[in-house]
Amino acid sequence: MPSLKDLKNRIESVKSTRKITKAMQMVAAAKLRRAQEAAESSRPYAERFNTVMAGLAASVGGSDNAPMLLRGTGKDDVHLLVVMTAERGLCGGFNSSIAKLARVKAEELRGKGKTVKVLTVGKKGRDALKRDLGEFFVGHVDLSEVKRLGYNNAQDIARDVLGRFDAGEFDVATIFFAKFQNVVTQIPTAQQIIPAAFDEVEGDDAGTLYDYEPSEEAILADLLPKGVATAIFSALLENGASEQGARMSAMDNATRNAGEMIDKLTIQFNRSRQAVITNELIEIISGAEAL
Amino acid sequence: MANTMQFDLVSPERSLASFPVSAVQIPGADGDMTAMPDHAPTITTLRPGILKAEGPDGNAEFLVTGGFAQINADAMSVLAEKAIPVGEVTRAHLDEMIAEARASHQNAVDQGHHSIVDEAAKLLADMEALGTHMSL
Repeated sequence: MPSLKDLKNRIESVKSTRKITKAMQMVAAAKLRRAQEAAESSRPYAERFNTVMAGLAASVGGSDNAPMLLRGTGKDDVHLLVVMTAERGLCGGFNSSIAKLARVKAEELRGKGKTVKVLTVGKKGRDALKRDLGEFFVGHVDLSEVKRLGYNNAQDIARDVLGRFDAGEFDVATIFFAKFQNVVTQIPTAQQIIPAAFDEVEGDDAGTLYDYEPSEEAILADLLPKGVATAIFSALLENGASEQGARMSAMDNATRNAGEMIDKLTIQFNRSRQAVITNELIEIISGAEAL
Repeated sequence: MANTMQFDLVSPERSLASFPVSAVQIPGADGDMTAMPDHAPTITTLRPGILKAEGPDGNAEFLVTGGFAQINADAMSVLAEKAIPVGEVTRAHLDEMIAEARASHQNAVDQGHHSIVDEAAKLLADMEALGTHMSL
């Protein structure tokens, strides 16, 4: 049976924990709004880009002289997994669910006799995968110093990936990130970026025949590396929004749990106090009766 | 009356401009070109340069690098990796871009790819010409 003083200390400590989680939740909410706005304003570019690329890819893709980034190297022996996670923890299952998806995929590929290489973006994913996939790490991108994600961050990662591709280090690249659905749902997603895959064009835009200047092949060769950067940028932004969303709901839960714990402890504290009072009364009364 | 078309300028981070225009001059990869309403559908890549948009509500000029333009009869979208309104461009921006171009030129020279060297040299020259043009 803990003493009254212990209980009181315990309650105080849980109360301050609740304050912290509450503050973290509010910070996450503010950051989430900003991250969502950033994701929102990057969408027009990504959408238009994909429309143009899909049209180009459809008309050039079949030919033998299509760029390697579109056609692939003709093999799929070496896979590069780009695992994007957060730099910080305390965001529920966000980091571990992305890491898990990457781990499952890596196991599957290795089961088929493929070689796996892992490039991690974000410290938490690296920590989570170190034990199982540590020997396959080929690089790490640290974004902990980055205050606000910009396109240049994506470009840096893309340059790294493309450099490795040109050097023939891998045949297929896949990025892992969490797609932001809403505050409580983030979907861990794997997306293949090299060789590039584009969604089919829908609507009336599909039928338009464009003049290309310079040639279709030249434009495609120019744009495909940008496509990699664009895909990585969208993924980074989705991930940013997902991280804040996950942290917000995790901290909301923590705040609620702390509240429940405080209630329980307060009841226990009151009971113990009452027990002490009753005990004292009994002692006084029995003492008086004995006289 | 189709004397205007919709003009959109978007960068990966945000949408910079969206308004009706009567003519847009863009620095195409094969030379400057002006697109007006009812232009034949065209897709062209851009070299670094100045984009000029003329509209009924006024004109706008942007410094654009790396991207492409998609022209339709009634709309035109320019997707640029970097786009800055000309009024906001400072010497520092330009210096940064020239430094970048110079670095990639040097890199290309080191690796000894002739086509890339030429391309990078052209990019560098474009950048410097841009500075002169804007009298920075």
